Amino acid sequence: MNHRWIESRMTIMAVLTTVTIMIGTITELVPLYAVQSTVPKIAEVKPYTPLELEGRDIYIREGCYTCHSQAVRPFRDETERYGPYSKPGEYVYDRPFQWGSKRTGPDLHRVGGKYPDSWHWIHMEDPRAMEPASIMPAYPWLLKDKLDKSDLQAKMRALRKLGTPYTDEEIEKAIDRSRYQAKAIARRLTADGIKDVDHEVEVIALIAYLQRLGSDIKWREQE
Amino acid sequence: MTEKQSTYDDDTVRWFSFFTMFWGVVGMLAGVWAALQLAFHQFNFDIPYITFGRLRPIHTNAVIFAFAGNAIFAGVYYSTQRLCRIRMASDFLSKIHLWGWQLVIVLDAVCLALGYTDGKEYAEPVWTVDILIALVWVIFGANFILTLLRRKEKHLYVALWFYLATVITIAVLHIVNNLVVPVSLTQGYPIYSGVQDALVQWWYGHNAVGFLLTTPFLGLMYYFLPKAAQRPVYSYRLSILHFWSLVFLYIWAGPHHLIYTALPDWSQTLGMVFSLMLLAPSWGGMINGIYTLQGAWDRLRTDPVLKFFVVALTFYGMATFEGPMLSIKSVSALGHYTDWIVGHVHAGALGWVGFTIFAMLYWMVPRLYRTELYSVKLATTHFWIGTLGILFYVVSLWITGITQGLMWRAVTTDGSLQYSFIETVMILKNYYIVRALGGALYLAGAVLMGYNLWRTARQGNTKPELIPGGAA
Repeated sequence: MNHRWIESRMTIMAVLTTVTIMIGTITELVPLYAVQSTVPKIAEVKPYTPLELEGRDIYIREGCYTCHSQAVRPFRDETERYGPYSKPGEYVYDRPFQWGSKRTGPDLHRVGGKYPDSWHWIHMEDPRAMEPASIMPAYPWLLKDKLDKSDLQAKMRALRKLGTPYTDEEIEKAIDRSRYQAKAIARRLTADGIKDVDHEVEVIALIAYLQRLGSDIKWREQE
Repeated sequence: MTEKQSTYDDDTVRWFSFFTMFWGVVGMLAGVWAALQLAFHQFNFDIPYITFGRLRPIHTNAVIFAFAGNAIFAGVYYSTQRLCRIRMASDFLSKIHLWGWQLVIVLDAVCLALGYTDGKEYAEPVWTVDILIALVWVIFGANFILTLLRRKEKHLYVALWFYLATVITIAVLHIVNNLVVPVSLTQGYPIYSGVQDALVQWWYGHNAVGFLLTTPFLGLMYYFLPKAAQRPVYSYRLSILHFWSLVFLYIWAGPHHLIYTALPDWSQTLGMVFSLMLLAPSWGGMINGIYTLQGAWDRLRTDPVLKFFVVALTFYGMATFEGPMLSIKSVSALGHYTDWIVGHVHAGALGWVGFTIFAMLYWMVPRLYRTELYSVKLATTHFWIGTLGILFYVVSLWITGITQGLMWRAVTTDGSLQYSFIETVMILKNYYIVRALGGALYLAGAVLMGYNLWRTARQGNTKPELIPGGAA
């Protein structure tokens, strides 16, 4: 067929272009949804607690993904440095995913349980206090600003619509439960010698999230 | 036919050109600032709104959607009218498009500074801004397509094929990747999770490069390069071949951003194979551009427009060779997560996209104001410091990227890791300074250009251009 014929018909040009881009799109995207085995379920992987969910949203808000990945690759040096390589089933409750594309800082997928809570508290206030050569920004406001939980239940309801199995009771008691978990973290911080810990500040939620990361599969206990 | 209908709408083009320069400088400044933050953490100033994690998306959004976006619109509006020998279909739609896009940019920047983000690269705008983006894009598309439908020229010139592919594909990518269940006006959770979200995101992310930073710029190249060189396009056949193969192959290559992650292996392999094949149509475009300059090479010495075009095409060729190479699994294993990728992107962004924009504006703005360029000398200076800036940038990040990649995997004879992570950070500092310097040079060039174009505009006039034979 003479290409000049197509060129003088805009509608045909538009339709052909659309078909051309949809072939690759459909071939790649559809199987990942249609074929269940592409993301094997892991029984231990559970939804985030209300406080961890808030912490995760702070992680996203501060753009942590611009410098930290959450995807350990199956290489010896990476499993040596970070822990077991990341499995597809570990991410099923991650909306959005936070794999990142750049490691200006280390990967964080296995950071859960690596350091005590107090390490994170001090590190967020001043990264140089824990690692003198760190180039990470300080986040002093996270230690002062109170966590805004006004959307917490709406967040859980939105996630439930998408398939995260939060129960009615979990959503109803979300605020109480997040406070309970925050107080437990605050007690550990105080025990570690951190002064004037307020359990309502944002960094507590972030710590809860970081300590959860990559720890559902209980690999630290097995080592 | 009214008097207006017998002229081209260049007011809209002038405004888009102005915003291209304005947001370009803003976006590059944000980039240089972010580069300084990596070299000296003190540049974060403990201010939440400009810490690296928020400034980096501001930089990427500003240069992609504001700088490149406005440039695309300026060039598309200018060339489409002339290629169709008709005024844009609707002045009203043009105005909504122009000001709606600037509104999107301002809203997005404010949201990102405040920490309202979707947390997906180059798709950071929150769902409310996303809807606005979709609306403005559809208005642009409608205005463009209506103009094509009313055209006075039977054949669609190759530039228009590329514009059409851009209009269609960006709409599909943007909508599919940004589907969320809203929580509040500034937050929503994506309908995809984990692995699926990653694949959709990089299908989007890679094709934002393909259909926002490649196809429209190839279209602009096909219009403005032959104009500037005063030579016909080298090969019509090659343009057909590389257009269809580029549009077909590009869309598959997204998974190369996810090699060795938890994405299924078949998907990673597809991404790699299609990325390798992508070399052919990419170089098809480069070759068509470079060979169009045959017989005009002598003018390269004197004409800054051609200088910018040649370097833009060179970097296009280089980046589209490096890209497929980086998609090979074993190369990705070394390069992924390092500065090599950032350098690669900037070879394309600063070299190909930026220099194509500069070439286009240096050619078009004097014509929009019916005058000559204020200073060829300043433009030539811009060319040299811009080129130097890109080289500083790209070379320093090759070094940091490969160094860090090698240090991460280095093991001692007893099999333990040779370097702690922080050691691999400390070694980069001086190169980060060189990189910031490269960015600063590039920015300085853009500022010179802004001044040059402003003086050009001041010495000219905005008398509308009559459509040749348009009164028919």
